[in-house]
Amino acid sequence: MKLITYNFLTSKCIRGVKVGYPLKLNVVEKKVEQQNFNPEFVQRMLPRLEWSAIKSAADIVGCAEIPENMNVETSLHDTDFLQKLHHLLLEIEIVNGSLICPETGRVFPITNGIPNMLLNEDEV
Amino acid sequence: MAGIKKYLLLFAQDFVEFRYPEIESLIKLFKINVEVPKPTPIERPYWILENVEESEVRQIASRSVSLKFVAEIWSSGTSYDEFHGNVKKLMPLIDKKYKNESFKFMVETYNKHIKLKQRIEKIETMNYLDSVLGTIDLKNPDNTFVYFEYYGIDDLNVPVHPEHIYFGRYIADGQRDLFNKISLKTRKFIGNTSMDPQLSILMANQGLCSQNDLMFDPFCGTGSMLIAGALFGSYVIGMDIDYLTLHAKTKPSRALQKVRAADESIRANMEQYNLQNLYLDVFVGDFANYPLKGNLKFDSIICDPPYGVREGLLKVEKKEGRKFTAMTEDAVHYPSLSDYKMTNLFHDLLNFSVKHLKIDGRLVCWFPIPDKFYDDTIFPQHSALKLISTSRQQLIGDTSRILLTYEKIAETGELVKNDALENVDFRMKYFTQYDKERKETRHKNHQKNLEEAEKRGIKLMNKTEWKKYVNKKRQAEAMDKDS
Repeated sequence: MKLITYNFLTSKCIRGVKVGYPLKLNVVEKKVEQQNFNPEFVQRMLPRLEWSAIKSAADIVGCAEIPENMNVETSLHDTDFLQKLHHLLLEIEIVNGSLICPETGRVFPITNGIPNMLLNEDEV
Repeated sequence: MAGIKKYLLLFAQDFVEFRYPEIESLIKLFKINVEVPKPTPIERPYWILENVEESEVRQIASRSVSLKFVAEIWSSGTSYDEFHGNVKKLMPLIDKKYKNESFKFMVETYNKHIKLKQRIEKIETMNYLDSVLGTIDLKNPDNTFVYFEYYGIDDLNVPVHPEHIYFGRYIADGQRDLFNKISLKTRKFIGNTSMDPQLSILMANQGLCSQNDLMFDPFCGTGSMLIAGALFGSYVIGMDIDYLTLHAKTKPSRALQKVRAADESIRANMEQYNLQNLYLDVFVGDFANYPLKGNLKFDSIICDPPYGVREGLLKVEKKEGRKFTAMTEDAVHYPSLSDYKMTNLFHDLLNFSVKHLKIDGRLVCWFPIPDKFYDDTIFPQHSALKLISTSRQQLIGDTSRILLTYEKIAETGELVKNDALENVDFRMKYFTQYDKERKETRHKNHQKNLEEAEKRGIKLMNKTEWKKYVNKKRQAEAMDKDS
């Protein structure tokens, strides 16, 4: 699972959960895979990202260079920043680990890079 | 050439109904300002486009899989005399540069097969062009000239002489090579319901997939649609309810293959086509309760929802008070899945699309329907989604599926109530109809065999007699072996 996908996922689908975001990320195994840097794609994704989840994910995987706050307008043309964000969002792959619902503590396992977000019968 | 430029678009004759929506989508995608004439009859394999630039028809050709090739029309006629007369009239107007450039001829016919010798004869009828054209180079010509004869569409009544003859300069091929590239025969990981490559590319075209878009397939299966979207530069995400499919642990779909190879996966497919840079992720999730944040916007949603024929319509069943007696704390639990009624699934899909598409973003999906229920009003509709096109594909057993293309036109709206749709539960209709017909045919064939046997004076055994006979025979054989 890439961290861009992590930014999109919630546990709001669990019955009774109000926000379910951001999920807690627990990394057991990760790897870094080189991807072509495409500034335009990162630019287009910027407004769709939830910055609080980006920052916490960056801390967990050890990417210290991501700033606390982000201003979409100034960041759009900062190539250095876009490159760092590209690395964080697209190049770090969580191979094994889990996502944890912030409200109920429900654990969603990540195996072989694929998160399992399926709920049980009593949770839907 | 002086005057208005005209272009001939010659199409391949499969998926005829998908041709118009595809080209219309591409015209929108490239923002080309041209009216597409609806040709009559709709099956006619070529169109003529006026008032477009060469660069624009090249753009269409760079994406279309319906298109064989496109050519700039220099001259045409409805009989040989008229045609050659028109070409000769045109000769003084032909640009002098062609005299210094090499060329070759390409002869195309529709509805009549002609041999190589006849092709050469056709080219020789245009010998008079020698004075304005340069030297022939069959391997690497500067220009290719197209000679096209159209013999109508009625293949049972082919006229002796062509209805139309066109002559012009070849411009570009369509993208029919693409579906050899992503052919299911050579693809690493496929499943029972992997989408036909040609249709998957058509869907990506109708979904206006383009560079740096974000595309989502909520029923991705083995990821056929993800491949098509990524071919055109979209970044792709997929979801599926089936854990085993996403992990490539299902039974193999290829004949004679007993186990899946260890490296089969959606990611491996993307790597096979060198699209791994555009692959974001797939995850296991239930469309009825999807785990995506509410404000997420996709540029396109392209999918083939399950119809309940080859793959079931499933969602996680809601149950109160699950029994925990047989479970240990760390045991893996697989939730039981229940039927997902088709109308509910499509309503959920439309609501999902309104919520998660950008304005002008498109939803492209298949809608299954038994032929006898088909009519123009049966499609699910939403006031925030404009239904752009419907193209029908005939399947086996009196059923069809319709490719629906919607475009989001408003941020909010509501489902349009549709009684016709409520009345059809495809799965039930499909199976009851199919089973009944099969039973009837079997019974009819059996009666026929009995009559035939009687005519020849043979008495057929009924079921019980046959069983007794076989058992006796087996016993006798066993006794023979013992002794």
